[in-house]
Amino acid sequence: MQPQPGFGGGAPAPPAPVAYVCGDCGTENTLKPGDVIRCRECGYRILYKKRTKRVVQYEAR
Amino acid sequence: MARTKHKARVAGGEGGAGPTAQPGAAGAAQGAAAAAGQAADGGPSTSGRLPDNLELARTRVVCGPDMNLHTTSTIAATQWASLGVDASFDLDSFRRGFNIDITRYEGDDMEFEMKGVSCALANSLRRIMISEAPTMAIEHVFIVNNTSVIQDEVLAHRLGLIPLKVDPRLFQYKSKEESPSEHNTIVLKLKVECRRLPNGSMENECVYSRDLQWLPLGSEMPDETSCRFASSQEALVPGGVRPVHDDILIAKMRPGQVIELECHCIKGVGDEHAKWSPVATTWYRLMPEVVLLQQPHGDVARALAEQLPGLLALQGTGDAATVTVGDVRKHDKLLEKVRRLSGEEQYKQYIQLRKIKDHFIFTIESTGAWRPHELFNYAVSVMMSKCDKVLEGLQAFPQRSF
Repeated sequence: MQPQPGFGGGAPAPPAPVAYVCGDCGTENTLKPGDVIRCRECGYRILYKKRTKRVVQYEAR
Repeated sequence: MARTKHKARVAGGEGGAGPTAQPGAAGAAQGAAAAAGQAADGGPSTSGRLPDNLELARTRVVCGPDMNLHTTSTIAATQWASLGVDASFDLDSFRRGFNIDITRYEGDDMEFEMKGVSCALANSLRRIMISEAPTMAIEHVFIVNNTSVIQDEVLAHRLGLIPLKVDPRLFQYKSKEESPSEHNTIVLKLKVECRRLPNGSMENECVYSRDLQWLPLGSEMPDETSCRFASSQEALVPGGVRPVHDDILIAKMRPGQVIELECHCIKGVGDEHAKWSPVATTWYRLMPEVVLLQQPHGDVARALAEQLPGLLALQGTGDAATVTVGDVRKHDKLLEKVRRLSGEEQYKQYIQLRKIKDHFIFTIESTGAWRPHELFNYAVSVMMSKCDKVLEGLQAFPQRSF
């Protein structure tokens, strides 16, 4: 674990693990900074970030 | 007194028939009065009859091979005053001539014939049904998650077009400033996830309108939607809320994809957006009429009967053969052929296609929120209130000082 450059000052916040979705098999992968970007199930090297949890409003027109 | 009389005219219902002079208003409103089917002042009813050629032009559209003739309608009560014929509206003759006959009623479709009414009124009713009768439709879509391939805004648009089976009269219109409540908003939830089942088949590969779930208690995420119900809608909407059709395809998904959203429906009219229109469409056409200008005999009669099988029936044999015209409504597909034949040299003196100007074949295709006959009744009541408004305006007119 390395301190992130560019954010001078206080101690780095504990990195929260982020969930990603494999681009090939679709399984969920939880990664921390520095982890190898690779699907645990199938070894595919493209992972996608999940959609925001925020609610988006649309007009049905 | 005058007002009640006019109201009765529009509705074709009860009411005094005595013509009353309305000084001031009558002169100013001549054009509008004729269009609205209002009687001209005072004068005695129809005296003479029109000559045959004018009577034909008044009552029929003559369908020629390359153009239609006499397509306009009577425009003024004084149109034939010089011939001694009064063209003004007369309540008694309207009552005698007016008739509605339902010819087909299947589910949400209805076809009826309306006789003895001006095209202005028929068209007004059609337009009111399309754009002024309210329904409930999805207006706001709050998307929590959508990982399907269909984009959020396209999905929202598709949801908006789903007809909902709920009586719009149970709800109030919601203005922009008003906050949603149980009296003006219906909340539906859609939460589906596509999965591959152990047996290899897929669950929720297709998302249908039946997957929409009614939330009578209101939004499940009131902080985001600012929609809070004071009480449940269960009592307010006895039959519950569901789409008219259960099998409308909303989206297709692959395993792992998710759609989670909330739909907020409000009351509206087709005027604002077609999704609120209570009809797929509603239209009318004029009653067709096939006329023998003169009776064909022999070979011509046989040739015509052969050209128009079923519509024309052959009578007799040899040179004495003649034809009779059968039921036009049963041979709709032959009518354009009649039009063509009426332009051909050997037939044009015998046969002609016409349309009856005040006989409408009306079709209402409801989307399911309204019964088609209720929709027509509603259109009539809207038309009546519009006429009332016009009359109120006219009554104010002579008192205005300039």
